[in-house]
Amino acid sequence: MKIMNKHFHIKSGLWRNLLIFGGLLLFAVFQAMSLGGQTGHPQTDVHHKNVQDTVPKAAFNAGEFIIDHIVDAHEWHILSVGDFHLTLPLPVILWHKGALHVFMSSRFNHGHAQYKGFAIANEGDNKGKIVEMLTVHPQDDQRITMVENEELPLDFSITKNVCSIFISVILLTWLFVSIARTYRRRSGKAPKGIQSLLEPLILFIRDDIAKGSIGEKKYERYMPFLLTLFFFIFLNNLLGLVPIFPGGANVTGNIAVTGVLALFTFFITNLSAGRSYWMHIFNTPGVPWWLKMPLPLMPIVELFGMFTKPFVLTVRLFANMTAGHIIVMGFFSLIFIFGEMSLGAGYSISVVSVVFAIFMYVLELLVAFIQAYVFTLLSALYFGMATEEGH
Amino acid sequence: MELVSPGIGLIFWMTLAFGTLLLILGRFAWKPIMKSLTEREDSIDEALHQADKARQEMLDMKFSNVQLLAEAKEERDALLQQARVIKDKIIEEARESATAEANRIIESAHETIENDKKAALVDLRNQIAMLSIEIAEKVLQRELDSKEKQNAYADELIRKTSLN
Repeated sequence: MKIMNKHFHIKSGLWRNLLIFGGLLLFAVFQAMSLGGQTGHPQTDVHHKNVQDTVPKAAFNAGEFIIDHIVDAHEWHILSVGDFHLTLPLPVILWHKGALHVFMSSRFNHGHAQYKGFAIANEGDNKGKIVEMLTVHPQDDQRITMVENEELPLDFSITKNVCSIFISVILLTWLFVSIARTYRRRSGKAPKGIQSLLEPLILFIRDDIAKGSIGEKKYERYMPFLLTLFFFIFLNNLLGLVPIFPGGANVTGNIAVTGVLALFTFFITNLSAGRSYWMHIFNTPGVPWWLKMPLPLMPIVELFGMFTKPFVLTVRLFANMTAGHIIVMGFFSLIFIFGEMSLGAGYSISVVSVVFAIFMYVLELLVAFIQAYVFTLLSALYFGMATEEGH
Repeated sequence: MELVSPGIGLIFWMTLAFGTLLLILGRFAWKPIMKSLTEREDSIDEALHQADKARQEMLDMKFSNVQLLAEAKEERDALLQQARVIKDKIIEEARESATAEANRIIESAHETIENDKKAALVDLRNQIAMLSIEIAEKVLQRELDSKEKQNAYADELIRKTSLN
C-alpha cells in the first residue's frame, strides 16, 4: 500500500471528524485505551500497511512522505485498497527532440513502467519528473543498462495541479456567470441565495481593497483582475484543504502557479504605470542628488524593487500554503514514526496528532482567506502606485 | 528541488487557464455584476433621497394643514360672530317694526273709537232733539189748552232739560 493511501484515509477521517469533533475525541480516546483493538478507525487502520509496496518494510521517511503530497504528480491518486490503486490517469504531453508525444499517464503503471522510452524518475535530481531512458551497452558487459537522459523533455502534461486549475476555472466560471445572470434577472432587488453569500466578498474587494488602494477614479479598470485573482486564490486554497478528489491538489502551494499570478500583477502594474511611477524609479523625488548622479544608486534600488515585489508575492503565497500542508502532514507522520517504534505508541500519538491537525485545519481556513486577501490587496496597492498622479 | 523550481508545463497551463478565466469572467461575470451593483446602489441612493424629500414634503404639508385648520377655525368664528350680529339685528328690527305696527293699529283703533263715539253722540243728540220735539209737541198738544198749565209745563220741561 502506498503512502498516498494513508494520507487519504487520514485526511478523509479528519475531514469527517472536523464536523463531529466531540465524537471523534471520545472515540479516539477509547481507541487509545484499548490498544491493539481491531475495530478500525480510518486514520489508524492503515497503520500495519507497508510504506511502499515496492520496498516492503522500508523505514518510514517523513520528509519524502510530506514532499510527495505537496509536489505535483502525473496522475491523480484517489484511493488505494491493498494492491488496488484507484487513480485518475492524466494526459502526458511531451515535447522532445522536435517530436510531440501524447499518452495517458496510466502507461507508466504508477511509475513502474516505461513507455515510448519515457519513465518517471524514482530518485535522483529529477525525482518525479518524466525522463527519457537511454539504453547503453557498456563495452565490458553484455547486459543492457538503462540510464536517464540528462536532457529533459519539455513537459506540458496535464498534471494533477493543471487538472485542478482547470476544475477551479470551470467552477469559477460556472459560479460567477450564473451569479451574473441572477444579478441581471433580479436587477435592483436584494441579493438572494449564493449571490448574497458572495456579494459581501465582492463588495469587500471593491470598497476596501480597490477603492482604498487605487482610488475612486481609476479602480474600475482593475476590478476584473482583482476579483478573479481573489476568488481564484481563495477557491484553490480551500480546495487544497479538501482531502478527497476534486480537492487535495496543492495548487496555490506551487511556486509556478503563484509565480504566474504574480507575473500577471507585475505586467499589469508596469503596463498601466504613469509618468509619476517611472519618475519615482529613475528620478526618485526627495532624495539627495548624489544618490542618483554619478552612481545611480537609487534608480538601481528602485529598479530592483520592481522585481522584488512580484517575487515576494510569489513566495508569500507559496510558502504560506505549503507550510500549512507540511505542518498537517507532519502531525500525521508522527503517527507512523511512533507506530514503527511500537503499535501502542502509534495509536496513542494519533489522538494528539489528530487534535493538532484539526487545530491546523481551522487555522488553515483562516490562512486561506488571509492569503487571498493579502495577495489581492498588495496587487491593488501596486496598481495604486502605478496609476498615482504626482503629489 | 522540485518544490521551489517552477515547471514549464504548469507555467504554460496556468497562464493559459488564468488568462482565459480572466477574459471570460471579465466579460460575462464581473462586468454585469459590477454594473448591477452600481445600479442598485444608485437606485437605493435615489430612493433614500426621494424618501427624504417626501418626508420633508409631508412635514410641510402637516404644517400647512395646521395653518389651514387654524384659518378655517378663525373664519368659522368670524362667520358665527357675523351671523349672531345679523340675527340680533333682525330680531331688533322685527321687534321695532312689530311695535310700530301695534302702535299704528292701536292708534287707528283709538281713532275709530273716537269717531264712533262722536257719531253716537251726534246720533244721540239728534234723537234727544227729536224726542224733545216730540215731547214738546205732545205737551203742547195737551197743555196748551190752559195758560197756567202751559207755564207749569214749560217750567217742568225746562227743569227736566237742564238735568240732562
